[in-house]
Amino acid sequence: MQVLYGRHHVRVFRFGLRLVRDEQVAEDLISEVFLDVWRQAGKFEGRSAVSTWLLAITRFKALSALRRRKDGELDDEAANAIEDTSDNPEVAVQKKDTSEALRKCLTALTPEHREIVDLVYYHEKSVEEVAEIVGIPENTVKTRLFYARKKLAELLKAAGVERGWP
Amino acid sequence: MMAMSKKMLEQEPSEIEMLLPFHAAGTLSARDARRVEEALARDPELARQYAVIREEYAETIHLNESLGAPSARAMQKLFAAIDAEPARRPSASLRWSARIAGFFASLSPRTLAWSASLGALALLLQAGVIGAVLVKNQTSTYQTASLSMNEPVTRALGPEAPPRALVRFAPDARVADITALLDNYQASIVDGAKGGMFRLQFGNKPMTKDEIAGLMSRLQGEKIVNLAVATP
Repeated sequence: MQVLYGRHHVRVFRFGLRLVRDEQVAEDLISEVFLDVWRQAGKFEGRSAVSTWLLAITRFKALSALRRRKDGELDDEAANAIEDTSDNPEVAVQKKDTSEALRKCLTALTPEHREIVDLVYYHEKSVEEVAEIVGIPENTVKTRLFYARKKLAELLKAAGVERGWP
Repeated sequence: MMAMSKKMLEQEPSEIEMLLPFHAAGTLSARDARRVEEALARDPELARQYAVIREEYAETIHLNESLGAPSARAMQKLFAAIDAEPARRPSASLRWSARIAGFFASLSPRTLAWSASLGALALLLQAGVIGAVLVKNQTSTYQTASLSMNEPVTRALGPEAPPRALVRFAPDARVADITALLDNYQASIVDGAKGGMFRLQFGNKPMTKDEIAGLMSRLQGEKIVNLAVATP
C-alpha cells in the first residue's frame, strides 16, 4: 500500500483538487480513495491501468463530496480557496503573458470540461481510459474535449488572446 | 482540405480534429497516430490547430504541476484508518478459491461429471509420469558409501556380469506394463533415459551370446518395446 500510495498519491490529489477546488477536501479525498483501494484490492480486475482505476474512484469520491455541499456555497468557497495573487486573464494579457492567461482560463472551465482536459493532457489517458473513468462513450470523450477546447478559446478571446483557432 | 477543416469547425469537428489532443499527449494507437500525422502534413490549418493544442497541453501540465502535493496529514490519516480496520480481508488466494468454487457451482451436473472424468484421467496420466520418473531414477538394489550414486554396484562385478541392454519403450507404454516387463525378465533399470533409452540389466547371472540374442529377440517382440540393443 505504501508503494502504491507513494507512486500515485500526488496525481490523485491533483485530480481531486481540480475537481473539488479545496485542498483540505482533496486531502481527505485521497485518504478515502486509498482506503477504498486497500479494502477492495480483490475487486481490481487488472483490465485497466491502476492509475485509471484510482482516478475513477477519485472522481466518484469527488463528485460525492461535491454533492454533499451546496453548489453555490462550494463555488464561492472554491473561488476563494484558489484565488491567488497572480493576475486575472485580462491583466495577464496586458502584461503579454499568454501562458498565464491560458492557465487562468483552464481554471475557469466548467468541472466537466476541466476533468476531461486534465485527464487527456495531464494524466495522459487514452480515449478508452477517459471513457472508463468518466463513464461516458468514447465518442463523447472526443466531442466533449473538442467543445472544452472551444470554450477555452472563447474565454481566451474574451480576455483578449487570439491564437488563430478557431 | 483547408476549406474542409474550416467548414468542420463551423459545423462539427472531423474525426481527425478530435484526435489531435490525444496525439499531442501520445495516447493514440499507432494506426491513428499515423492517420493524424498524414493529415497534419496535408492540411496547414490543421497543423496550426495542433500548435494551439500543444500550447494547451503544456500549460495544463504546468497548471497541474503547480498544485503541489498533499501534506503528510493525508498519509497519516490513511494509515491510521488502515490500522483501525477490524481485520484484513481474506487473502487473494482465498478469494480466488472462492471464485473457483463459484465457477464450479455454476456448472451443470452433466458438465461437472464430464469435468470430473477428465480430471480423473489427468490424475492417472500424472501418476504415470511420476511413476516413470521414479522408475527412471531407481538404481540397483544396493550401493556402497564409496560408490558414486550414479554408478550401480553391479557394474563392478567383473567380466562375468549379467547382460545389459539399451531399451526404448513405446511412447504409450504404461508404468504398470513396464513394471510387469521388468518383473517378467527379472530386469532392473540401471541408468536413466538418455535420448529416451533406458539401460536395463537382466538377472544376476551372466548369459551366453546365444542366450543374450534370444533375450533381445524376445524383448523386441514385446508390444511396449520399440528397440532393444544388447550392450557390454
